[in-house]
Amino acid sequence: MAFFDAAAGAPLHPVAAQALRAAQQDGWADPARLYAQARRARQLLDAARESVAESLSVAASQPVRADQVRFLPSGTAAAHAAVAGARLAQERTGASVVHSAIEHSAVLYAAATGPTVPVGVDRLGRLDEEAFAAAVRAPGVALAALISASHEVGTAQPVAEAAQAAASAGVPLYVDAAASLGHRTVPGGWSLLSGSARKWGGPAGVGLLVVGRGAPREDSRSQERTPWLPPWPGAEPGLLDPPGGLNLPAVVAAAAALRAVLAERETTAARLATLTERIRAGVAAGVPDVQVLGDPVRRLPHLVAFSCLYVDGEALQHELDRAGFAVSSGSSCTASTLRPSHVLEAMGVLSHGNVRVSLPRDTTDAEVDEFLALLPGIVAGLRAQAGAVGL
Amino acid sequence: MSQQELTNLDCRGQRCPLPVIALARRLPELPVGAVLRVLADDPAAAADIPAWCRMRGQEYLGAQPSTTEPGVSVYRIRRTS
Repeated sequence: MAFFDAAAGAPLHPVAAQALRAAQQDGWADPARLYAQARRARQLLDAARESVAESLSVAASQPVRADQVRFLPSGTAAAHAAVAGARLAQERTGASVVHSAIEHSAVLYAAATGPTVPVGVDRLGRLDEEAFAAAVRAPGVALAALISASHEVGTAQPVAEAAQAAASAGVPLYVDAAASLGHRTVPGGWSLLSGSARKWGGPAGVGLLVVGRGAPREDSRSQERTPWLPPWPGAEPGLLDPPGGLNLPAVVAAAAALRAVLAERETTAARLATLTERIRAGVAAGVPDVQVLGDPVRRLPHLVAFSCLYVDGEALQHELDRAGFAVSSGSSCTASTLRPSHVLEAMGVLSHGNVRVSLPRDTTDAEVDEFLALLPGIVAGLRAQAGAVGL
Repeated sequence: MSQQELTNLDCRGQRCPLPVIALARRLPELPVGAVLRVLADDPAAAADIPAWCRMRGQEYLGAQPSTTEPGVSVYRIRRTS
């Protein structure tokens, strides 16, 4: 029995659970009001923002001030706001958004509300840097967007190189860091960055958007202001977050979880990287006709994906569930999704029989061993059912 | 090489992984050098047929949308071994 879908949403970190309970006692009031309970809530909110800024200064490799951090209702809402706000501020420059073909669907949907220029990846799922650099140099580009690491196959993206290319073209770079925060350090140089608390062990319902200092000016030591405006109604100077009740206890818990996860990140990452390496090798050795996906080295430590030839991805997920393993799949061998994962398509790899394993921090060696022991039989059984034996 | 006779494999209406399984069954029945045309409307076939060709060392010649049926693509694969 094991939960291997941490990339969809990790179980609540114990520190987050504790902070959540405390903040529910103490931080229930509207922080904008003028009474003692509200002032207490305000203090908690300010402290959470300071804490997140401090954490991100390490986790995302460039100084982040508290007044650059905005809390949103989800990582998806943050991604939408990143793209819409950049387009709003860049109206005179252009509307086009250059993005990798393997962005999260939240970014793709936001970008698709206007003109887009998708940039391809290689078979390991790594951005075509040259094509990206050429695309951002074109006229009319409002924003360049790059996911920090693929949420489906784990391949780390060349964020620093993309940031350099975007900066030299005078285009802000937005990095969707949801897959990486708490797991792998995101390189600096970005103008906008977003994340999602439940992917680092915080509660669901907390997204964050950082509007950074912007790209350095080529001719001086000063910085351009990041061209971004709040894309929501009722935005006022001094109000960082979108209007509407903020789930303050969840924000407090998210900040506490991020701090806790980062404090133990190196140890956790090293241990999980060993386990995912064991899965990569074990799947390749134990299952015939399998493609283990993504960059074997430059990757998220806790995530591994593979595709099994002649296997229905949904059936495989069900069989693994029956055996006690929760995984996700980018396959489309089902009536609910017509298209396979756009990430697998862009990589040009096998899209059916796909499994994504993403390990939470407390995964044990025994759970991984059991998974590797069961998988070959399950795959063989499904192939036999489909009559796909000896092909 | 002389002109090859084309063989059709109709996988319309089949969802993944069925078109690839059908392709893997049919291709070895053809002589080496022959070209198989696979008709499929499953969007996953666009990724999976070329990927299968790479895994099995067969030659993927490309895909074209059907001129008569919207949503259907015609994939061409040459048996090389």
